[in-house]
Amino acid sequence: MSRIRQWKTRRNAELGLLLFAMLLVAAFGATVEANQFDEIRPNFWVPAALIGALFAGLHVVVRFTAPFADPVLLPSVALINGIGVAFLRRLDIARAIAQEKPIPTFFADTSGRQLAWTLLSLILAAVLLLLLRDHRIISRYAYTLGLVGIVLMMIPAVLPASISEVNGAKLWIRIGSVSIQPGEFAKIALVSFFAYYLVRKREVLSLASHRFLGLDFPRGRDLGPVVTVWLFSLLVLVFEKDLGTALLYFGLFIVTLYVATERSSWLIIGLLLFFGGVYLAYLLGASVGGPFANFYDRAELWLDPFSDANYNRESGNSYQLVQGLLGLGTGGLFGTGPGAGSPGTVPEVRTDFIFAGLGEEVGLFGLSAILVLYLLIVERGLHAALAVRDSFGKLVAGGLAFTLGLQVFVILGGITGLIPLTGQTTPFLSAGGSSLMANWLLIAMLLRISDAARRPANSPPDRPSGPKKAPTQLHGAMTEVIKP
Amino acid sequence: MPEFVLTVARFGFLILLWIFVFTVVGVIRRDLFAGGRSKSIVASPRGVGGAVLQGRPAKAKRGKAARQLVVTAGQLAGTRITLGEAPITIGRAEDSTLVITDDFASARHARLVPREGQWFVEDLGSTNGTYLDRGKVSGPTPVPLGVPIRIGRTSLELRP
Repeated sequence: MSRIRQWKTRRNAELGLLLFAMLLVAAFGATVEANQFDEIRPNFWVPAALIGALFAGLHVVVRFTAPFADPVLLPSVALINGIGVAFLRRLDIARAIAQEKPIPTFFADTSGRQLAWTLLSLILAAVLLLLLRDHRIISRYAYTLGLVGIVLMMIPAVLPASISEVNGAKLWIRIGSVSIQPGEFAKIALVSFFAYYLVRKREVLSLASHRFLGLDFPRGRDLGPVVTVWLFSLLVLVFEKDLGTALLYFGLFIVTLYVATERSSWLIIGLLLFFGGVYLAYLLGASVGGPFANFYDRAELWLDPFSDANYNRESGNSYQLVQGLLGLGTGGLFGTGPGAGSPGTVPEVRTDFIFAGLGEEVGLFGLSAILVLYLLIVERGLHAALAVRDSFGKLVAGGLAFTLGLQVFVILGGITGLIPLTGQTTPFLSAGGSSLMANWLLIAMLLRISDAARRPANSPPDRPSGPKKAPTQLHGAMTEVIKP
Repeated sequence: MPEFVLTVARFGFLILLWIFVFTVVGVIRRDLFAGGRSKSIVASPRGVGGAVLQGRPAKAKRGKAARQLVVTAGQLAGTRITLGEAPITIGRAEDSTLVITDDFASARHARLVPREGQWFVEDLGSTNGTYLDRGKVSGPTPVPLGVPIRIGRTSLELRP
């Protein structure tokens, strides 16, 4: 046992970083109060302490259930989530002042709800870590998860628009005041299914191929599942009227395929198919209209948001895009300072446009720090994928990390005018329960897989349920066993 | 609130944010080095195997010493074995170091033995033979780095 102690679990580094992150959240809150109230009230630190206590709870769970997990994942995500809550509180305060209402308590309004969602998400993440002691157990339920994923993905498309449509995109299930975005959860289920399918099929996908133009292209019949998913994602684009979601589903499949087979031809095929499909949808939207019209409109707004025709349109105009761009521009290099800007003028600043609102106050300098944090989270996910010993874990971790990165790209690209805007949530930052829960589940999975990746081969296994195939250890050598 | 305090708060927050980012990077960096140091344990006689937790091989300090056996083709493609002091047996038998489920492999097919830092491959009287690159292995043959050893449909390589 004494030898095992030499393996650094680095949980204390995690705790330290977590405290640092909460200090930053408190600093954000204090600056907001200084700018909004012209004084720092004595209880400014309460929101940071509350959310910090929640993260500390998850940290304890990680300490006991995944002691070797990556030490920077949790604090980085906690900082982004904490700044999200603090920024929502800042918006609540500004709105209350504008409407001459009393300042909301810490548990009221959007930030209070977001705090409650964070609590729920962390409980879910903790339950996942407690129940799932070995990520390979998921592969037993792969087909169930695949079915669940497709059903979740398709539900909003078949529901009547009165229940599922918000701002032209059919991505929701709205019952009363509660609205759920089932697609957020579909991603995790689909990644698990793709990983399982590809671990079984990687041989045939990577070996049988034609060589053409210096690239290895797979055989036609092996393309079957890719073409199916491509059609599904186009259906999402058409019936749910959302480019971002379609790109997310398709992208995650192509990337898991690429990771599984190590063939760059998949990336090229995927990009060509996607751009071809999108361009076709654009042309159809221009000529036929109907279900493609929404996408055509979005693309028009993207091409020239500042034109009079697009800005003054009756519905679906480029007002929010322009406001977001102006907000980012006002922020400039260093921003106006937390609490000193006027993000209230940007529509949807609590959800889709939170990055534009935040950008006005922290500037390019602050935004790029947050982007680097996202980058590091994705990098740690990919790192876990590289280091974990079983192929299923590799594909799941790679797929999940990439999904997170792609989602950040889609929404930020939309806000900054790089790609047509689609209403994705900014992971961990935007107000919204489904997104927060799904993304924390994703992080819990990454924590679990990184724990398996960093766990020394001869440490006592923390697996009461007993895995089907433990990494075999023979002659002091560690092997990875792949059973196709 | 005086303007000065607000300016300090504004820039102080941004600077703290970046300090956080660099602290995170620092933790990641120390983590990489921790992985590298733990490698030395591999060479110890007790053979605490598989210290390649970080998935990136550290720079080989002893020039071109082989540190890993990598399966490059076949059903086990992607498998890595960290080489220690012990010989490595390959075959279909369950007690082999590397168990390959290949129709063309024998129960005890071949063996890799280290001798003074050099690994030798030895055929153990297999039915279909062991090949080093193109040539059939008859006696103990030194294995250079990166040259494929072929057993049935499986292909193996030594890597630094």
